[in-house]
Amino acid sequence: MMKPTTKLWIGIAVLIILSPLGLIIPEQFKAGSAWGEWGCEEMRLLVGYIPRGLEKLSSLWNAPVPDYAFKGWENAGLSTLSFAYIASAGVGITLVTACVYLISIFLTKK
Amino acid sequence: MHIPDGYLSSQTAGVLYALMAPVWYFAAKMVKKTLDARRVPYLALGAAFSFVIMMFNVPIPGGSTGHAVGGTLVAILLGPWAAVIAITVSLVIQALMFGDGGITAIGANSFNMAFVLPFTGYLFYRIIAGNSQPTSGRRVVGAFVGAYIGINAAALFTGIEFGIQPLIHHTADGQALYCPYGLKTAVTVMLAEHLLIFGWVEAVVTALVIAYLQKVDSPIFWNQEVK
Repeated sequence: MMKPTTKLWIGIAVLIILSPLGLIIPEQFKAGSAWGEWGCEEMRLLVGYIPRGLEKLSSLWNAPVPDYAFKGWENAGLSTLSFAYIASAGVGITLVTACVYLISIFLTKK
Repeated sequence: MHIPDGYLSSQTAGVLYALMAPVWYFAAKMVKKTLDARRVPYLALGAAFSFVIMMFNVPIPGGSTGHAVGGTLVAILLGPWAAVIAITVSLVIQALMFGDGGITAIGANSFNMAFVLPFTGYLFYRIIAGNSQPTSGRRVVGAFVGAYIGINAAALFTGIEFGIQPLIHHTADGQALYCPYGLKTAVTVMLAEHLLIFGWVEAVVTALVIAYLQKVDSPIFWNQEVK
C-alpha cells in the first residue's frame, strides 16, 4: 500500500510535467501579460510613458530565472521554453519543499 | 495577481509588510500548536501545490492571463494559519527565484494571496460545510463557493492597492509615478477577470481536489480532527 503522501507527491509531479500548458494555451489564444504585470516597454505602449518610480524600482531585483525561462533563452521556441518551464517548476517545488521543512524545524511542537 | 516591483510606492509596500508582520507572527504561533512531524509533509505538499497551480496561466483570449492560487484548498486541508505559511513560502520563492511578483511587493502579495484569500475562502467554506461528515457533498460545495469568493476578495484588495497609487503619487503635471491606473479601472479589471474567469478556475480546482480526497479517504483532513 502506497503511503498517502507518496500518492499526492505523484500528483504534484504530474502537475509539473503538465505545467507548460500554462505557457502554451495562453500563446494559442494570443493572451499577453497578466493585468498589472507589464514590463516597462509594454507600459510605454499602454499609457504613453514609463512612470518614473516604476522605471526605477522595476529593475531592483534580478531574478536568476526570470519568468520561469532561462536567461538568454527568451526568444527560443515553445518547446525549449516548455522545457525551461518544467525545469523551473521542479526547481521551484524543490526549494519550496526545502523551505517548509526548514521552517518546520522551528514550528514543530516538541 | 502578483504585483511586480515598481507598481506600488515604497510607502504602500511598507504598509503592507507592516500589516503582514503580525499575521506571519500569529501564523507561526498557531501552526506551532498543531504541527507535529507527521504533518510537515502535508504543509510542504500544500506549498508545492500552490506553487505549481499558479504556473497554469489561463488566457482571456486576446487579452491578459491569470491563474488559480489554491489558497482556499490549503486553508480547508491544513487550516487558514498553515495556509498563510505555505502560500507565503511559495510567493517568496516565486519572487526571489523567478521574478514573479516583486520583492518590495512580497508584503502586498502575501496580504492578498496568503492572508485575505485563504481566510475569506475558509470562512465561507466553514459556513457551508458546517458540521457535516468529512465525506459530505456539502464540503465540496463549501470548497467551491469559498474558493470563488476567496480569490475574488484577493483580487479586490489587489485592485485597491494598484488603484490608490495614481491618487497618492504623481508628478506636478499629473504623470503617475507607479501604477498609472486609478481605483475605478484597477478594481473593475481585477474583479471582472476573477469574477468571470479565474474565480471559476479556482473554484473548480478546489472542489475537484476535495472531492478526490474524499473519495480516496485521505487522512489529509487533519485540520478538523485537531482542535
